[in-house]
Amino acid sequence: MKKTVVAFAIMSIGLGAAQAQEVVKLGSAAPLTGTIAHLGKDLENGTRMAVEALNAQGVTIGGKKVKFELIGEDDQADPRTGTTVAQRLVDAGVKGVVGHLNSGTSIPASRIYDQGGIPQISPASTNPKLTQQNFKGVFRTIANDVQQGGALGKFAVKSLGAKKVAIIDDRTAYGQGLADETEKAVKASGAQVVAREFTTDKATDFNAILTKIRATAPDVIFFGGMDAQAGPMLRQMKQLGINAKFLTGDGGCSPEMIKLAGEAMSASTYCSMAGLPLDKMPGGAAFREQYKKRFGGEVQLYAPYAYDAATAIVKAMEKAGSPEPSKYLPELKKINFNGVTGNVAFDDKGDIKEGAVTIYSFKDGNWVPM
Amino acid sequence: MTPRTVVGVMPARLMDPTAAPDWRLVRLGKGIMETLIQQLINGLVIGSVYALIALGYTMVYGILGLINFAHGDVLMVGALVALQTMTFLMGMAPGMSPLVMLSIALLVAIVVCMLLGFTMERLAYRRLRNAPRLAPLITAIGVSFLLQTIAMIIWGRNYHTYPQLISTTPLQPIEGVFITPVQITIIFGSAALMIGLLLLVNRTKIGRAMRATAENHRVASLMGVDTNAVIAFTFVIGAGLAAVAGVMFASNYGIAHYGMGFMPGLKAFTAAVLGGIGNLGGAMLGGIVLGVVESFGAGYIENLTFGFLNSSYQDIFAFLILGLVLIFRPTGLLGERVSDRA
Repeated sequence: MKKTVVAFAIMSIGLGAAQAQEVVKLGSAAPLTGTIAHLGKDLENGTRMAVEALNAQGVTIGGKKVKFELIGEDDQADPRTGTTVAQRLVDAGVKGVVGHLNSGTSIPASRIYDQGGIPQISPASTNPKLTQQNFKGVFRTIANDVQQGGALGKFAVKSLGAKKVAIIDDRTAYGQGLADETEKAVKASGAQVVAREFTTDKATDFNAILTKIRATAPDVIFFGGMDAQAGPMLRQMKQLGINAKFLTGDGGCSPEMIKLAGEAMSASTYCSMAGLPLDKMPGGAAFREQYKKRFGGEVQLYAPYAYDAATAIVKAMEKAGSPEPSKYLPELKKINFNGVTGNVAFDDKGDIKEGAVTIYSFKDGNWVPM
Repeated sequence: MTPRTVVGVMPARLMDPTAAPDWRLVRLGKGIMETLIQQLINGLVIGSVYALIALGYTMVYGILGLINFAHGDVLMVGALVALQTMTFLMGMAPGMSPLVMLSIALLVAIVVCMLLGFTMERLAYRRLRNAPRLAPLITAIGVSFLLQTIAMIIWGRNYHTYPQLISTTPLQPIEGVFITPVQITIIFGSAALMIGLLLLVNRTKIGRAMRATAENHRVASLMGVDTNAVIAFTFVIGAGLAAVAGVMFASNYGIAHYGMGFMPGLKAFTAAVLGGIGNLGGAMLGGIVLGVVESFGAGYIENLTFGFLNSSYQDIFAFLILGLVLIFRPTGLLGERVSDRA
């Protein structure tokens, strides 16, 4: 018994001596395998760039020089694996986490981080629920679906000049949430919602609800759901002789949508994505250069948001003078700086304050930002 | 619910000018008749496809008392094999006329599905013919998973765009009512196939053998009918019809996927039960009725319930009708005519 105590004492002295430069571990969690592995790796790369830049620049926290170490985990875009790797990061003693990518993994994982008392910033998950769980340390650097729906509704009325809007959703948490927010914004902008119809995320036949919508003669039809439904829906609209403009959220804002809708795609097809295209971000051009130099490829999507998330954590640590989550969390809530994606500041729930949403229209076979 | 009741209820409400402005009925607005006819067409198109699939369920059930849950997945295989063939032909002979290309693809799909139907029966169901009824039923579910997984390995998880070789540019036979050439082909194509099947079962020698086997396959075999061959033939015909239905389904929606057979399979099974499982005419009637009821259900449920229910409850109608029919006519609309089943 006595021997062990002595051994521990010696060990801790040894460790203390080696830590002239304190090492602070940060975690990254994203799908690194599977169908969206390229997006997950991109997210991790963004965090890694921030960590490497900060290490090169030299960070002092509470008078001590600090070196950051990044631990990257693969959540396979799977909720169960997501909670497992979250626990692994907590056990490894990370002081903050950038991730996860999918709302479906971010939400269950956030409980683990909360129990471990570790702040989590997601650079990619948009479901409003993530920040509505009353967890103290959950943030995101990308606009959520409430902000997206608001932008979509306003766009339909203000930019497309719609007076009558028909809204369809697929009854999933994502589709319904986005459609509800869009409906609110349409009404708030002074237009009328003439039809509110529903389908499922497994349906292929929308003729019945589209026929019903046709009788209400809407200017714009909005669909909250994924590309696998939005594509056939747009085709059936044309087959029923409906000439209304078609608008959908990020679920339909994919190359897949263009493929599935085929010749039904036209200049009056629009979709939205949370965030700005890289070229329009304040630090976008420089970021692209550095990213290419370091990783030898193009930025996919979330790297700049991950970069800002990691930077936010470190800036909060600097301000608090401590890398301990309980100390720096109050500073993280108050953080306010100009990042790569724009101004980074969180509201009281942890959502980014000025979350940008970009509307795309279909042009020359591609989605083009407007 | 039949279309007639809808017409009966609606105009009286619609023409009431004193109705509250927010009343959802008001939103039907102009073109009530056009909307009604359009919904009927929507229902007929999807109903024809259901009917064609339902025939496969009902034939097998009539003869074996087996519900072949893998039938919907045969439809999926048909659609994807035809897609593969069309893609191949487009690469090999880009100048080929679309109609010829579609015919070849359809033929290949039918042959592949017939082989599949034969194999399914031979490997999975024949050994279980005298087993308790639950065993082949569970096996059928297993075959369904197997087919889906194999299709996923071959064709991937992604949705495929389906070439629409028959035009989908809508025609307007009546002002304000739209129908595409594909949809016209579906309605008449499936009607022709159904008539052909009825002739086969009622007028030919093999048809007589099918009816005999359905009535009592032990006695039929004593009378010199090769019941094994007849049962295999039934599976083959059902699979062939499913292949055609699959190509129709995918062509109409322009989309194909390894899981696409599940929903139409389930609906067609419902249609077969609705019409009276084991009864060919019942399957056809059940399919059409189900398609039309679904279409009117989704289109008018909100008005009929004064906004209390909306189109997220559209499937209620189909299953409500099924429930009512089974309560009052437990053997389905046309019943299971034992002497005439096949």
